[in-house]
This record gives sequence, structure tokens and C-alpha cells, in this order.
Amino acid sequence: MSGLLSASVLAAFLTAILVQTMPLILAAIGETIGEQSGVLNLGIEGVMLVGAYSGYVAAVSSGSPWIGMLGGIAGGVVANLLLLVLNTWLGLNQIVIGLAITVMGEGLTSVLYLQNYSKHPLSVPGDSWAIAGLSDLPVVGPSIFRQSGIFWVLLLVMVAVAFLLARTNWGLSIRAAGQKPSSLDTAGGSVIKTRSSAVLLNGAFVGCGGAFLSILTTGTFTAFMTGGLGFVAIVITMLSRGKVSWIVITSLLYGIAVAIKNPLQLIGVSVPADVFQMLPFVVVMLTLILFARSSIVPPALGSPYTRGAR
Amino acid sequence: MIEELPRFRRIADGLVRSILPVVLALVVAGLIIVAMGSNPLDFYAGVWKYGLTGSNWQDSLRLMAPLMIIALGLIVSFRGQLWNLGYNGTYLLGSVVASGFGPVLYPVLPGWIVTAILIVGSLLVGAIWAIVPAVLKARFGTNEIITSLVMSFIAIGVVNLLIKGPMHDTNPKVTAPQTATIPREDLLPFLAGTRVHVGIVIAIVLALVAQFVVSRTSFGVRLDVFGASPKAAQHVGISRSWMIILLFCVSGALIALAGSVDVLGNVTYQRANWNPAYGDAVMPFVFLARLSPLAAIPLVGFYSVFANGGINAARSVGLNSDFLLVVVGLILVFMTITEYVGNKRRLGQSYLPVGMKQSVMAIFGPRSSARPASGKVTT
Repeated sequence: MSGLLSASVLAAFLTAILVQTMPLILAAIGETIGEQSGVLNLGIEGVMLVGAYSGYVAAVSSGSPWIGMLGGIAGGVVANLLLLVLNTWLGLNQIVIGLAITVMGEGLTSVLYLQNYSKHPLSVPGDSWAIAGLSDLPVVGPSIFRQSGIFWVLLLVMVAVAFLLARTNWGLSIRAAGQKPSSLDTAGGSVIKTRSSAVLLNGAFVGCGGAFLSILTTGTFTAFMTGGLGFVAIVITMLSRGKVSWIVITSLLYGIAVAIKNPLQLIGVSVPADVFQMLPFVVVMLTLILFARSSIVPPALGSPYTRGAR
Repeated sequence: MIEELPRFRRIADGLVRSILPVVLALVVAGLIIVAMGSNPLDFYAGVWKYGLTGSNWQDSLRLMAPLMIIALGLIVSFRGQLWNLGYNGTYLLGSVVASGFGPVLYPVLPGWIVTAILIVGSLLVGAIWAIVPAVLKARFGTNEIITSLVMSFIAIGVVNLLIKGPMHDTNPKVTAPQTATIPREDLLPFLAGTRVHVGIVIAIVLALVAQFVVSRTSFGVRLDVFGASPKAAQHVGISRSWMIILLFCVSGALIALAGSVDVLGNVTYQRANWNPAYGDAVMPFVFLARLSPLAAIPLVGFYSVFANGGINAARSVGLNSDFLLVVVGLILVFMTITEYVGNKRRLGQSYLPVGMKQSVMAIFGPRSSARPASGKVTT
């Protein structure tokens, strides 16, 4: 039994957890920024796919995963412009716009990929930083300390977002826009500007998550590759209540649930993949049922702000 | 408050708002096809050819049956301002009731009894699955968008497990994860002289019944009051909790019914991981019909032809069938814009909302102190 759980298996398991979790964390952080400001982006699934596709295109055409990530961020921001103009500025229905972004993102990326790459699929060049000294450690060396540099940069970005959300005036405005937009307005802030910045950052992070998925998790793009990950991110956002640390923890739980399949199979426990895909949703549902009483989302979530309207 | 328009203006207004978004979406979709280096006219000719000509119209009608029933399920919940977005999972639950129990029951019981059991079974399963989000919403006010979506993902997982496990085809030769096929003679009968099953009749009759209920009964009035304001509804003696649970269950039951009708009439067996996501496609047309069951019939009919013809038409111009999703998304976008412009025009207000007008004024205006608009936006 212990022979099967060798160092290489454990290292592969750790790597799998990290690369499965990272896109989810990024998407959930993006969604958190949006939701805290009162914008529920239901189109996150489509934005992720756009980010995954544009990131893939940028990475294979430039030969650099770093430029690929920037491409993914740009794609996510462009996809979210639709939400910015129609919802934040014009106050149109967020649910309808969100669904529109989802189906358009799914359709466009699938059509574009088929047209441009399906006949000659290209793979993204790899990138790994061996951290001196640490990368030779058993188990954690080949899994954690040989990740791409992108991984480390994103860890720093996460810490920065946690700080910005919790400790700065900007974070306060974001939360005010989601809790009671009229109070932000009264205090001299601009609800529209605050929400606009939140929507653009939402697009950047979600697109970045999609690009991570295509560039570093799988190394290629496939149509519908997110497979509901965007909706998982929405749910994780609801559970985390605006705290980045909670996002990391809940996403890691999801990542472990997805990645544990292979080690389990190695020790002879065969559980269908569907169970693991379903598990996070069951957990979420139980949490919602058990803690239904306490409100999870910002009160102004989903309602466009109109000055003076009651 | 919006003042009443003359009847013909109202009908014309409604027609423009329903048709204009579709036209705009088709034009933009045509431009996208041009950008991809194909001829949009070939695509639209293909939609006509593969959707209507020859016996293709029959396939369009076969597709329309489940779409129409799902549309009714959505209308029921949306009219009460309840966002039941769990349609994909609910549809699959309904279909797996038919495809899982059908092959087992048909050999041992008379066909019509089994069909009745399967249909009632799918209605019940759909209603029961909808109870969880409904009760959470009614009791604690939990956001039903999230709960219904989550329940949908759980349903998809349950359906896949069922098909790979207990409902797998018992024939040992079949290794692919799928259920056994229901024999032709047990399926829903065809309409005389065609290959269109009676599911479409069920769908149209249900639509007419729904139209009668929402427009000619006291329940319809209560539904509209509840949809407009649950608080007002409470004041006139309509139980909010009861209404939420009832609407959610009826909505879920109808969507699940669509699944079983589709299997019993058209698909005949079910593969694991099969998810046609009909609800996403039907969504814009439900809104375009302004949540009227009667108006949904031609709109869903249009989409059925478009989707049925579009799959082959897209292939014939070198795109894949996912291009239809882009068109659906475009319709949704143009629909909200048309609605917005229409409302503003009728209220005689600026197209720009107050906040945006101010930010525009702040940048381009002569003075930085933008005058706050006095008009209040009513939606």
C-alpha cells in the first residue's frame, strides 16, 4: 500500500491539485470583486472560455506563456465590456446579459478554434522555474517548486487583492457599492465608477483564470473546456463571502476532490469521476441548507443603481 | 406609470420588440460569418433548406416539442419573477426517467400504461427536485438563481451515475455508457402520414391551457400580482411561500416532462454526458414572447426551424453548430437593448441613464457640476 503511494505519485497529486485549483481561485477572486460591488456576473463561464482561447492564441503565436496570460487577461476584459456597457452603465438585466455572455463565449470560442486550430492543434510551450535548493526536495520539490513563474506571480497578486479589498479605500467603496450604493453616493463616491472598475477587474481575473486553464493546466485549448468551472467559481464566491483566504481554502478543497481520483485508482478504489464532479455542488447545497438563515450575498447584488430611485 | 397606448400601437410595439432583436442578431451573425470568410447568404439559404424543405420541417417539429414545453416551464417561473435556472439538470432528470425505466417496464406492462407512468413519473421527479430551491427561497429568501443552478449540476451528476450504473443497457455487447433503446412500437405515436410524434400536440395544448390560465383565470391575476410585487400580493391575501413553491414545482415538472417526451418520441435512448442545453437556447424566445405562452409558439417554432436547419447549414459553410449559440447570445443582447430603448422612448426620456449621463457630462460637458436629471427611471 505505502509502496503505491510513492514520492512520484504524491508529487503528481500535488501538481494536479495546484493546476486544477489555480484557475478556479482566479475566477472566484474576479467574481468576488464583482459581487462585492453588487454586480453578479453570470457570464463568467463564457468569459473564462474567451480568456482561455485568447490566452492560447497569444501563447502559441508568441511562443511565451507569459504573453499568453496577458492575452487571456485582455480577452476577459474585452468580453466583460459587454457587461460593463449594458449592465453597469445602462442598467439592463444582469441575468439575461450574463447568460448571453456565457452562450456567446461558448459558441465563439468553439467556432474560432475549429476554424483556426483544430486541423493543426498547437501546444503551448512549457515554463518551469526550478527554485534553487527547494526544487530538489522530495515530493514538494518537483510539484510545488518547479511550477511556472506565472504561478508565483499570481500568488503575489492574490495577496495584493486580499489587501486591496480589506484594507484600502477602494475596497471600502467596492463593498459600499454592493451593500448600500446610495450611501456611497452620499459620501461623494461614484457607484458607476466603482462598479466599472470592479467589472473590468472581474474580466481580467476571470480571463486570467481561463488562460491559466488552457496554458498551464492543460497546455492546449478545447471547446467547452471549462465544463462548468465558471459556475463553481460563482458558488465558491457565495460561500467565501468576499474573503480571499476562504476562496483559496474552498477552491483547494475542490481541487483535491478533482485530483484525488488518480491516487485513489492506484490504491484500487475506483469511484466514478461524476461523483467528484458532483461533490462540490452537494457540499454547497448542504451548506446553503444548513446556513440558509445567514445572508451570503451583498444586499444590492443584481440590482442596477439609479440615483434617487427607491 | 406608463400610460395606455391605443390597441394597434400596442400590438405594433410588441411585434417590433419581438422581431427587431432577432433581425438585428441575424444581421450581426451574418457579419461574423463574413469575417470568418464564408458567405452568410449561403448559411441562411441552408437554414431554409435544411429546416423546412422536403421532410426537414418534420424534424423541426420534433425538435420543437421539448423546446416548447421547456419554454412553458420557464414562463411559469419567470412570470412570478422567480429565476429557475436549473432547467438543464431538470430536463435530464425527466429524460432519464423515461430512458431508464422505459426499457425495463415496456416488456412487462401494456404500452400505454407505461407511457402514462413514465410521464407522471417525470412530472413528479421534476417537481420534487424543484422543492429544495423553492423552500429555501420561501423560508429563508436564499437566492434561487444559485440554488437552482447548483441543483442542476447535482442532477447532471446523478443522471450520469444512473446511466453508467443501474440504468446501463443490460445487453453485454453495449459497452458505451448508455441506456437500452425503447423499441419503436412503444414510442409516442406519429401524426398521420408524418414522422412527427404527438409530443408537439402535447406542447401546443399545454401552451393553450397555460395561455388560458394566465389570461382568463383568477389564478393568472394572482400570478401577475405576485410577479409584480410579492409584498402587494401578501397584502391581498396571496401566500408568498405557497406561490413560490407552487410555481417552482410546476416549472420543474414541465421542464422534466419535456425531457421524457423528447426521449419517448424522438431520442429513444440516452447516453451519459448528453446534455442538449435546450433551456439556454429557448431563454431569449421566452423573453421575446413577453412571457406569453401563446406568443411563445411562433417564436419557439422559428427557433426550432433555425436550430434544425442551422446545424447542417453551419457545417455547409465551414462553421460548427456551436455558431447557433452565438446567434442566441446576440438575440439576448439585442433584446435587452431594444427593450431599453423602447421603454425610454415611451417615457420620453434620454437614452442615457442618469449615472452615465453625468459621467459623460463630467468629461465632455462645459462645466463639471453636471445637473442631476429630475426624471426617475421606472422599469
